Amino acid sequence: MSIKMLIRLMLRFKVKNMKIAIVVCRPKRRICTAVSVVILVLAVSLISACSNLNKAGIIVAGSTSVQPYAEVLAEEYMILHPDAVIDIQGGGSSAGIMAAQSGTSDLGMSSRILKDDEKSLWYVEIARDGLAVIMNPANPILNLTLDQISDIYSAKISDWSQVGGTKAKIHIITREDGSGTRDAFVNLVMGESNITPRAIVQDSNGAVRQLVADDPNAIGYISLGLVDDTVKALQLDGVAATRDNVMNGSYGLSRPFLFVALAEPTGQTKQFLDFVLSPEGQQILINEGLISPSEGTGK
Amino acid sequence: MKINKEKISGIVFLLIALSALSVLALITIFIFIKGVPIITKVGFFNFVFGMVWDPSHGAYGIFPMIIGSVSVTLGAAILGVPVAISCSIFLAEYAPAALSNIVRPAIQLLAAIPSVVYGFWGLLFVVPAIRNYLGGPGLSILAGSIILAIMILPTIISISEVSLLALPRQYKEGAYALGLTQWQTIRSVLLPAAKSGIVAAIILGIGRAIGETMAVIMVLGNAVAIPQSILDPARTLTTNIGIEMGYASGEHQQALFATGIVLLVIVMILNAFAQYVTRRK
Repeated sequence: MSIKMLIRLMLRFKVKNMKIAIVVCRPKRRICTAVSVVILVLAVSLISACSNLNKAGIIVAGSTSVQPYAEVLAEEYMILHPDAVIDIQGGGSSAGIMAAQSGTSDLGMSSRILKDDEKSLWYVEIARDGLAVIMNPANPILNLTLDQISDIYSAKISDWSQVGGTKAKIHIITREDGSGTRDAFVNLVMGESNITPRAIVQDSNGAVRQLVADDPNAIGYISLGLVDDTVKALQLDGVAATRDNVMNGSYGLSRPFLFVALAEPTGQTKQFLDFVLSPEGQQILINEGLISPSEGTGK
Repeated sequence: MKINKEKISGIVFLLIALSALSVLALITIFIFIKGVPIITKVGFFNFVFGMVWDPSHGAYGIFPMIIGSVSVTLGAAILGVPVAISCSIFLAEYAPAALSNIVRPAIQLLAAIPSVVYGFWGLLFVVPAIRNYLGGPGLSILAGSIILAIMILPTIISISEVSLLALPRQYKEGAYALGLTQWQTIRSVLLPAAKSGIVAAIILGIGRAIGETMAVIMVLGNAVAIPQSILDPARTLTTNIGIEMGYASGEHQQALFATGIVLLVIVMILNAFAQYVTRRK
């Protein structure tokens, strides 16, 4: 009882006080609140900007194909070097190369070879990645030739029965324009022909894999390292899409993963690069399903 | 002294209000600066009515995306508007207070669900259902229309309910006095009287559907060709920006900003039309 009464008393007191407060200093309060909000916002943004400046670590930006591997590497590196701060950002191969060129990032990640006008940059191949053409496990087809894949993607072949499957329309899945994976696929498979505009476009390896896993009539392409048992990697001209075959060069669909910089890196950035290229760093990439450039001849 | 304070408070609020407005101006100017060069380079006609979108080969035609936006939005309106208007009639005229007090917040909650959740739900339930029962890849205009139809429900329902409730009581009383039944009253008195509000609600709902991106990216398939059936994948203006911005640079990026200009103009026309309809007597 006594507690209840106390609360009631407090409430009444507060309410009275508040009423007085509202009546007396309404305009003042409004101004105060408004001004303090503005000051607060400015202060917060200033502080966060400052803290970013103080903590300038290494910024690595670029290809979303390389990004997950770079994140694993950075994580391991930061465990070994607790002071180091490595910030991995996506954006795509072209954006990564541009960021390295302009100096907004210390390292750019690229999942395609450099174009002629980008050749002046310093770069190193940290790993190779196979490109797997994937299908739903329910699809009876196991093997296609490069030409058949090219014809499927340019819509010259539109039914699975034309390449020895059961009669059903082929659902073509591709990546968006500008993606490094798409770029590699176009360079390695398509030759002169274009990917049909009717193809379904997805914006990540994961989304392509998910769709193919759900749709028995779908075909797509993703990083070899990301193939799991929900999808089936096609044989290419009779050669299975395996790490060994990429290494010995018999499986033709592979692409380099590059780190790009404006000039040969020094200091912190060099330390991180040395770690990536060291046997430990390479072993991490191999464990994640990539192929070390030192392992095989590649192509 | 007091007048001074009043003045200062007025100025402070004016400044803050202007800062909100200046953001709008800033965004608009920025989009135009970034987007106009590519439109002038390609040519306005070629850009808006061009059939081929292939940035890596320098082809920037967004007509397939305009068709995509229009067809998905139209589908959403066909599916969503009848449901939404029936729902608002139910809430305004039929539902007992106890029930409408549950239904109304529930519909508001529909607006609070993040669009990515709608997209994910669509990808996991709507897309496989379409693929299994209707054929095609599942990622399609139909899937996008279904998701958008649900997403525009709260907008249309709440605005048209408000415009029904805002009608003078005399309309209904007069109709009852003439011996009209409840349905006759709704059909021949209340709906025509609230017409402008309901039309505005539909237009605002359509504006919302045209601007939606995340949910649509996930279920629409994003193919850059003019769709031939509602089971074909398509790409809208918003998803064109959303799906390609990650990798775009140079002219490609400008073309995406130019897509934004077209989108901005379409949404502005729609909003202006909604304003015009509500103000007209």
